[in-house]
Amino acid sequence: MLRRSPDLWSGLALAALGGYIVNEARRWDYLTADGPGPGFFPLWYGIAILALSLVLVLASTRGPQVDWKGTGRALATWAALAASLVLMKFIGFALAFAVLAYFVVAVMYRRGAVLAAVVAAALAAGFYLVFPLALGITLP
Amino acid sequence: MDIAAGLMHGFALALQPANLWWCFVGVLLGTVVGIMPGLGPPATIAMLLPLTALMNPAGAIIMLAGIYYGAKYGGSTTSILLNVPGESASVVTCIDGYQMARKGRAGPALGIAAIASFIAGTVGVIGLMLISPPLARFALAFSSPEYFALMTLGLAMVVLLAGRSMVKALLAMLVGLWLAGIGTDPFSTTSRFTFGRMELLSGIDFVVVAIGIFALGEVLANMEAREEPQALPVPKGLRNLLPTLRDLRDCRFAFVNGSVIGFLIGVLPGAGSTIASFISYGVEKAFSRRRDEFGTGVIEGVAAPEGANNSETGGALVPLLTLGIPGSGTTAILLAALVLWGFKPGPLFISEHPEMFWGLVASMYIGNVMLLILNLPLVPLFAQVLRAPVYVLYPVIFGLSIVGVYTVSGSVFDLALLAGFGLLGYVMRKLDYPSAPLVLGLVLGGAMERALRQSLMMSEGSLGILVSRPISALMLACAALVLLIPFFARLNTWRLRAMEEENK
Repeated sequence: MLRRSPDLWSGLALAALGGYIVNEARRWDYLTADGPGPGFFPLWYGIAILALSLVLVLASTRGPQVDWKGTGRALATWAALAASLVLMKFIGFALAFAVLAYFVVAVMYRRGAVLAAVVAAALAAGFYLVFPLALGITLP
Repeated sequence: MDIAAGLMHGFALALQPANLWWCFVGVLLGTVVGIMPGLGPPATIAMLLPLTALMNPAGAIIMLAGIYYGAKYGGSTTSILLNVPGESASVVTCIDGYQMARKGRAGPALGIAAIASFIAGTVGVIGLMLISPPLARFALAFSSPEYFALMTLGLAMVVLLAGRSMVKALLAMLVGLWLAGIGTDPFSTTSRFTFGRMELLSGIDFVVVAIGIFALGEVLANMEAREEPQALPVPKGLRNLLPTLRDLRDCRFAFVNGSVIGFLIGVLPGAGSTIASFISYGVEKAFSRRRDEFGTGVIEGVAAPEGANNSETGGALVPLLTLGIPGSGTTAILLAALVLWGFKPGPLFISEHPEMFWGLVASMYIGNVMLLILNLPLVPLFAQVLRAPVYVLYPVIFGLSIVGVYTVSGSVFDLALLAGFGLLGYVMRKLDYPSAPLVLGLVLGGAMERALRQSLMMSEGSLGILVSRPISALMLACAALVLLIPFFARLNTWRLRAMEEENK
């Protein structure tokens, strides 16, 4: 059995996006008395996305395979970043950022808890000193 | 304003203490960023862009441009010392630079890289200064059809040279156009693709996309490696950095070759400094009397590509400042920066804001001198940057990205978008979708739609207006040819080879 490359899934996702764009664009005026309407340009790039993504899907048996090694680490870091952004709403930038920095140092790079805590605290303090205090920039 | 008066005006501005300071900060940051593999100028400029909103625009553009051309200087250091290019533009410098280092000539290799960068960088600025004003005057005759055709040509060039798969590059560019279309249609006030969110009515801020895709995407991709990269041993004995007179004599042609080819390639949208350095290296080798020795540590093999990638910077600023058309991810961010500060790059930019244009040109002369001074004696010090632990660097990049986005919009919704675009940037890298076409599509999308709709209003709906005007017809024909290149086997082989080198 042929092994499909990830191009199949990205092609299908883009085809869905193209379909959505075309569907939305059809609801808006294509041409008005003054000239092209709001649906004119999106309709054409939506059709182009749809057509090209189908080319990608059809060619996906020949597409390159992807090395997924390490993807889990990258996604775990992204999840930690997303979680820290949610946390920021409740505990403020400095604490949420310190948690994120601790996670990167202690979990992703397996450094000792003390070193991780020192780095996290120093970075959070540094950001607080530079942005709100020195530059007057509001933090989230 | 003629060139001499403009330049005097520019130096008066660039030599002000505050602007000198920002120039120094820019070139210093650029050198550091250039040395660090895995952190590039687009990511750095995108992260710092929001913070420049607090600065004087002249100081801000001087600093951001300093990062842009400073990184080209820094990129050669790791290529020569460690055989690891700090920037993709320095890939070709590894070939002879590292061989020179292995033969105990790391000092002269670094020295000639700095000297070639200085000479060609200066020639690039001279080209920018001489060509921009007449090109801007010529472009005053452009109307909407010409602008649409020009943007189409620019995007076609970027798509051609952005990735191994043209289908993926085209898709990335089209997604960029879609992102640009999100928000309220300026002609009819219809809200488009807003998913019912009030926050999207004014569109997606470019800064959010640029920081997410370039900075976060890059860090997430780097996080894949389980272990922190080991600090590589930096050779000692770099005291003698000056090349000999014979070295300089051997590099005469390389200085000229790098300067001219780099600038000309820079003016073309999409080509970029990596391709400039490869072509310059190829030309140098083809015309050299000792072409068989290339690859074994020939000093011209360092001077030509290093010169080309620095001269390219001046060339790349020509279409950006005179036509408002960026040719790469980095110049797209510089365009966004100018728009953020209230300027409109295009044919009127030089006449309406001479202080910005001439101040930037003068600062680039000064910045190149600073870089020469910084890079010759301080290379061993800069090489120590490689010892900075990444487990400190990456959280700092996360923090700067968050603060940067929040500074521009003050919106928590934009922080959620930032995380989303960070993930998109990572996935694009993983699946081999080039990011430059997406960013350029986003930057040019609004203007492109406006130009197309205005053209069709002028012609009462007839697309014939795009091909009945000679300049527009010529540019659209060129764009069509560019997109047909993959169908010509020999040209496509050349394109794929350039892409492979770019992605190595």
